[in-house]
Amino acid sequence: MSLDPNYLVYERRRRGMDHDLYPWSNLFERQPIAWEGNTVVAVPIVVSLEWFPIQPSATPFLAPGHMQTAYPDYRHYTAREYGTRVGFYRLLDAFAAVGAKVTVAANAAIAERYPSIIRDIVAAGHEIAAHSTDMNGTIASGLDEDAERSLIARALDGIEKVAGTRPRGWLSIARSQSWNTPRLLVQAGLDYMLDWVNDDLPYRITTPSGTMLNIPLNHELSDRQIVTVQQQSAESFRTQLEDACMWLESEVARFGGRMLPIHLTPYVMGLPYRIGALEALLGTLRDRPGVSFLPASEVSRQIASQIA
Amino acid sequence: MREGEADPGLYDFRPYRDRTPIRWPDGKSIAVWVSPNLEYYEIDPPANPHRKSWTKPHPDVVGYAHRDYANRVGHWRMAEVMSKHGFPGSVSLSVALCQHIPEIVADANARGWEFFSHGIYNTRYSYGMDEAQERAIIEDSIRTVREATGQTIRGWLAPALTHTPRTLDLIAEYGLTYTCDLYHDDQPGPVHVKSGKLISMPYSLEVNDHYGFFIYNMSPRDYADALIRQYDRLAAEGETSGTVMCIPLHAYLIGQPHRIGAFEEVLRHIAADGRAWITRSGDIADHFLANGYDSAAADAARFAENGR
Repeated sequence: MSLDPNYLVYERRRRGMDHDLYPWSNLFERQPIAWEGNTVVAVPIVVSLEWFPIQPSATPFLAPGHMQTAYPDYRHYTAREYGTRVGFYRLLDAFAAVGAKVTVAANAAIAERYPSIIRDIVAAGHEIAAHSTDMNGTIASGLDEDAERSLIARALDGIEKVAGTRPRGWLSIARSQSWNTPRLLVQAGLDYMLDWVNDDLPYRITTPSGTMLNIPLNHELSDRQIVTVQQQSAESFRTQLEDACMWLESEVARFGGRMLPIHLTPYVMGLPYRIGALEALLGTLRDRPGVSFLPASEVSRQIASQIA
Repeated sequence: MREGEADPGLYDFRPYRDRTPIRWPDGKSIAVWVSPNLEYYEIDPPANPHRKSWTKPHPDVVGYAHRDYANRVGHWRMAEVMSKHGFPGSVSLSVALCQHIPEIVADANARGWEFFSHGIYNTRYSYGMDEAQERAIIEDSIRTVREATGQTIRGWLAPALTHTPRTLDLIAEYGLTYTCDLYHDDQPGPVHVKSGKLISMPYSLEVNDHYGFFIYNMSPRDYADALIRQYDRLAAEGETSGTVMCIPLHAYLIGQPHRIGAFEEVLRHIAADGRAWITRSGDIADHFLANGYDSAAADAARFAENGR
């Protein structure tokens, strides 16, 4: 038995990364960044607001949270809808209670089906980022380039039509991209994407069509990861986020401004027995001097001129 | 190993009771070594017929970027905490990191850390290699680490824990003295090889941070508690005969802001306890080869005799 000789050929074994999307960079040796005002730790909260068709598509892959049982899967269809009609309003109230402006990454289907939700988001001063068309709109290599371009355009158009403004940011379903995605997002004129989770601060991604910002929306610091995947409690979620905040604060004096992203899912954290832990977390963060809730577009605006 | 037999014949049976005691330097009861896996995962590796690398079509954005977090953020945070509390690293190294990001290898070397090989990349698996191919990756490992650090590797942790039936014989033939791939004991012991002298170094998957967080789904504080319990027990048992505790780490996990603070408390606990020989894997191997190997082999013969 032996392997194809090419298995021991390492064509991209070279200085730096094995791709051209971004260069390697050490967070602790970069020019420190500074947030405006007294902020030292910026907290962008991103809420994924999703609509799952009861007829799921697994092309190119089945979205996390999608239908599980044989058709018709009332259980998952309605539990996700619970997040949209009930849980999300608990989240909005929790944000209002601490004066937090957030980023809602919404499927275009939400705007089409429930335009009043979009109006409520806009009226409260929150930002809307694009998050594909609906939860069948997954992206991965193998998706035809024109189909992907069209999917991105429909996601942006659908939000703009109801919100009145075109989204500046993008979150892929499951943060999954094809080789083409960064270039197509640049071509769509977006300012930032939230998909790459390799850093604690935003950095620039380079494509043949230009650059855009990646704001790392740490998938570990999400209710889906901590509560749904790792099966920990909402209280543990709160503790972990508070511990993270305190650690990041401790780095500020030596290394400059820090960012603590929080990724929320209405049907996860918006449940009656979990929302209290989120409210407590938001209260703790609001009361810490130097910690501010900034929507992703504001993170992008404040930081764009400070990074190469 | 005895290829094709039900018992691979890796080592002799030696029950935990009635062994000739191991004595660590300065009367310490437990040898503690911390093993950061400094890795490079390729974004688009070739396929190995025996194991898939990424679960998604390339690029697997979250899989890749999560691991890339280690090299941009996690390593530096983790290494500083280790140095602060007097813990050197014994690095399980994807040796191609010497080409891709030599800054990390140089940083670890400057901190007095030891390097052993974890293959070329953690996305190139040994399954299916013929002898010449396997010799090539061992020789590549020895040469690459020597050129980058001046160190001669003495240990091996198979890339992504992928083996062939001849791996242990080959690394011993090349003069390596310890393997981290066998999990049958809390003390080092002789391993049967065709030539040279090889020992098993307790490495532990059970308290590996990957297992802690993603197999057992522990919270950061629960994982820290598990490490402290593991340490306290092995330190107590080591009063009779010296034990080994390895703390295997991945900077993309332990270096996250919600985890590093709890982990620092573990290092503080062990450093303050006084019973720990805080050291490197190669130092443990040297000490055991000089002071414990022969009695362990004699014990094995005695147990075999008694068992008949």
